Amino acid sequence: MNPLAAIGRAFLALLEAIGRLVLFALSAVTHIVRPPFYPRVLLRQMVDIGYYSLPVVALTTLFSGMVLALQSHTGFARFSAEGAVAGVVSLAITRELAPVLAGLMVAGRVGASMAAELGTMRVTEQIDALSTLSTDPMKYLVAPRILAGFAMLPLLVLVGDVIGIFGGYIVGIYKLDFAPAVYIDQTWRFVEVQDVVSGLVKAAVFGFLVSLMGCYHGYRSEGGAQGVGRAATNAVVSSAILILVFNYIITELFFAK
Amino acid sequence: MSGPGEPKIRIRGLHKAFGEKEVLRGVDLDVGAGESVVVIGGSGTGKSVTVKCALGIVEPDSGSILIDGAESVGLKGAAREAVNARMGMLFQGGALFDSLPVWENVAFGLVAAGQRTRRDAKPVALETLAQVGLGPEVGGLMPAELSGGMQKRVALARAIAARPDIIFFDEPTTGLDPIMADVINDLIVECVRELGATALSITHDMASARKIADRIAMLHDGRIVWSGPVSEIDESGNDFVDQFINGRATGPIRMAVRR
Repeated sequence: MNPLAAIGRAFLALLEAIGRLVLFALSAVTHIVRPPFYPRVLLRQMVDIGYYSLPVVALTTLFSGMVLALQSHTGFARFSAEGAVAGVVSLAITRELAPVLAGLMVAGRVGASMAAELGTMRVTEQIDALSTLSTDPMKYLVAPRILAGFAMLPLLVLVGDVIGIFGGYIVGIYKLDFAPAVYIDQTWRFVEVQDVVSGLVKAAVFGFLVSLMGCYHGYRSEGGAQGVGRAATNAVVSSAILILVFNYIITELFFAK
Repeated sequence: MSGPGEPKIRIRGLHKAFGEKEVLRGVDLDVGAGESVVVIGGSGTGKSVTVKCALGIVEPDSGSILIDGAESVGLKGAAREAVNARMGMLFQGGALFDSLPVWENVAFGLVAAGQRTRRDAKPVALETLAQVGLGPEVGGLMPAELSGGMQKRVALARAIAARPDIIFFDEPTTGLDPIMADVINDLIVECVRELGATALSITHDMASARKIADRIAMLHDGRIVWSGPVSEIDESGNDFVDQFINGRATGPIRMAVRR
């Protein structure tokens, strides 16, 4: 077989997949803004994504803040800069760790579940049944999930910011012997509005991407139980990769000089 | 509405291929208003695809499907929803929505089409459940809590809740024991008669076909190879039909191994 033909075929397949995904995303977004709307479905998704992801996001950011305080303290001690611990923890949490870790956690919890749910609905003909009941499946199933992901991840990250900084504070006060007032003062002095805003923008984008990939892979699932399993795996892997890629792009947009 | 002498559903030259596999190779079929037509045929002959084309779930490659004389192939969005609002469909596996209780499943089409508010739709849903022999206590259960036969009844209730004038039945008795299958057949006959609806069913269960059909059409290799009144099925003189209704392994029909 001609190796160039194989490369060309793979490249064309990649372009086709990107095209399909972009068309799916555009269709989903247009359904978000056009009636009819399904507020009950939207509310259920918001609770599922926002409320039920709280424990996992809280635990992740809490321990990340704690570890960061410990690590930065041991690192900074080498050049007598222990005083920067509070600032480093708050900047790292708000700019990077809270949005990225929350995004990855939600991708594992929600993205996989969306893909599995929609995939099962596809293989059991529930999506076809929606079409026969005067309901557009894109509008009823996909649009509310994407809107909920887009809206709820920033709220989760906001909570994660507070908990992550609190984790650093706990270690700073009880393990590294910082004075509470000094630690809090350092945190306030380092963190700017832009740091928090950039994290929330990232969260909104990640929320959109996680829901989009969960819905996309689930909606297009085929081949029975194996296909549903593959859809869930693909949803998590593609969400995680896109989160990391878009994390760089958004960081570049916000902070590159 | 269909004009005098004009069929309710007229399918002409329907073609559909999935990749290399040509499933429909020019299906021609008429279903008259108020008539119950059953399409029989082996697995993988394109029965489900034909119905899905009529419902707009699958887009045919070519051909025409006239509903009350109006072309339905290629309809999108609101136009498709308007056509589908007059149709009901009983899916092979029931296709009940797992996340909704039974009564919401039954009421779904009524609310979606804007015929009823959610609150007003509940009594209608319970009434329709009663029509298929299920008590109001079933309305609060989730589909996963029901037996196969009960799920089929709920799916039937969902298909008829909006009082459609065309109902499609996809393998309505698959997976049911003979007694429950007969109960479902009776319910189908009763509901279709009561609604005065046109019914197009697909099955490979001959007992079911004989019970619910006014007319039977045999689909083989993507084409209708025989069509006639149910009373003539045993003397069709068609080798495909004879082999199929007698369930013989030998004959002109060769079963494909792959879909």
